[in-house]
Amino acid sequence: MSEPTVIVVHTGVANTASVAAALDRCGCRHRLSTDPALVRDAPALVLPGVGSFGAGMERLTEAGLVEPIVQRIARRRPLLAICLGMHLLCQGSDESPGVPGLGVIPARVAAFPAGVRVPQFGWNRVDPGPGCRLLAPGHAYFANSYRLAHVPEGWNAAIADHAGPFIAALERGPILACQFHPELSGPWGLALLRAWLDRCAGNTNGAE
Amino acid sequence: MLSRRLIACLDVQDGRIVKGVRFAALTDAGDPAARGELYERQGADEIVILDVSATPQGRCASLETIRRVRAVLSIPITVGGGIGGVQDAQAVLAAGADKVAVNSAAVQRPGILTDLSGRFGRQCVVLAIDAARRGDGRGGWEVLTRSGTNRTGLDAVAWTGGARALGAGEVLLTSWDRDGTRQGYDLELIRSVAEATQLPVIASGGASGPAHMVEAFAAGADAVLAASIFHHDTMSIQLIKRELARAGLEVRR
Repeated sequence: MSEPTVIVVHTGVANTASVAAALDRCGCRHRLSTDPALVRDAPALVLPGVGSFGAGMERLTEAGLVEPIVQRIARRRPLLAICLGMHLLCQGSDESPGVPGLGVIPARVAAFPAGVRVPQFGWNRVDPGPGCRLLAPGHAYFANSYRLAHVPEGWNAAIADHAGPFIAALERGPILACQFHPELSGPWGLALLRAWLDRCAGNTNGAE
Repeated sequence: MLSRRLIACLDVQDGRIVKGVRFAALTDAGDPAARGELYERQGADEIVILDVSATPQGRCASLETIRRVRAVLSIPITVGGGIGGVQDAQAVLAAGADKVAVNSAAVQRPGILTDLSGRFGRQCVVLAIDAARRGDGRGGWEVLTRSGTNRTGLDAVAWTGGARALGAGEVLLTSWDRDGTRQGYDLELIRSVAEATQLPVIASGGASGPAHMVEAFAAGADAVLAASIFHHDTMSIQLIKRELARAGLEVRR
């Protein structure tokens, strides 16, 4: 199977160097871009994210990427959203009240309960539900102060626990949204990236 | 449940790992990329790279070293040393760091923490504190800057207490008195700082083995950092994690 070139959305502030290094280790071609046509049509897209929800949406809006991302998901083109990237797919977040998200995931991101040590920094156990195809059980690296508390309609979820269960990742076909950082999650994270890349390659080859 | 983190620290000077006692008498301890790779394989949860000559030489941490380590690591990398503002941080992150640690610059101008978290998010910003016990009998700890060469008089516990409001996401707490001595972490310092802040606290300085780490976690640390014991192959990370698990602590293995 031929491996497609992965487009990484150039958000300007995310840790794209770590994402690039992980994709290098998976042996795949990749490049940064904010070209709306490429973001909509690329065979594989990574939406990384570090920073606040409001600032993230502002950058996507400025770059004209809101519609292209919504369209590619409607067409079930492969996407990997990481951390804030996952939040941006939701309807909104307590982090930036009043700022609408991309609305692809029917859920709202909320803060951890009061009294919990935040940010959640470190490795937490991820348990995939029965519908998950890409996610396997293991430890993933998290760095977040907000999270999804409930499984949204239409998605398969993996769960982790930080003062109560929260959504560690969601998948639906070739669309994978991770609260954790697969690029920083050691061999387990690389295995997940490879599984997603294989799924992307299968998608391309199957569609043509 | 969140695992207890074990962090390996690479103190770097001119592209090589160095290690001494109380930040002095530095000796060569290997290549950062080779050691970093070994530590990840052994199960290190994170790597911290501190360019110890950066601030004294008036420059930012070595980007070449960061790039070389990033290329071989799939775990988080924190970089400190000479980061004086958003531009330095941007360069260090672009080279492959996931978090930046600031020490001297934050003491000089606390607003740097606010600038960095505003631009990159709180999860990117580590406040590094080198704390030394006061010698004048008043008790408590004062903050040192410029790789331990400058005593500021600033109270370490009060300084950490304000870190979250300024924009920090994590505290890297090094006991200058214990650094490189293998006498164990300064538990009283860890306890005082962990009580003063809601932020995760990384304990550093003085570890000789898992027993010291168990003590540090009990005192309130969220993560423990060590350097010499790994560089000198005194103890592998695997062995330490096995001991931590045996002590009933949740670790990633």
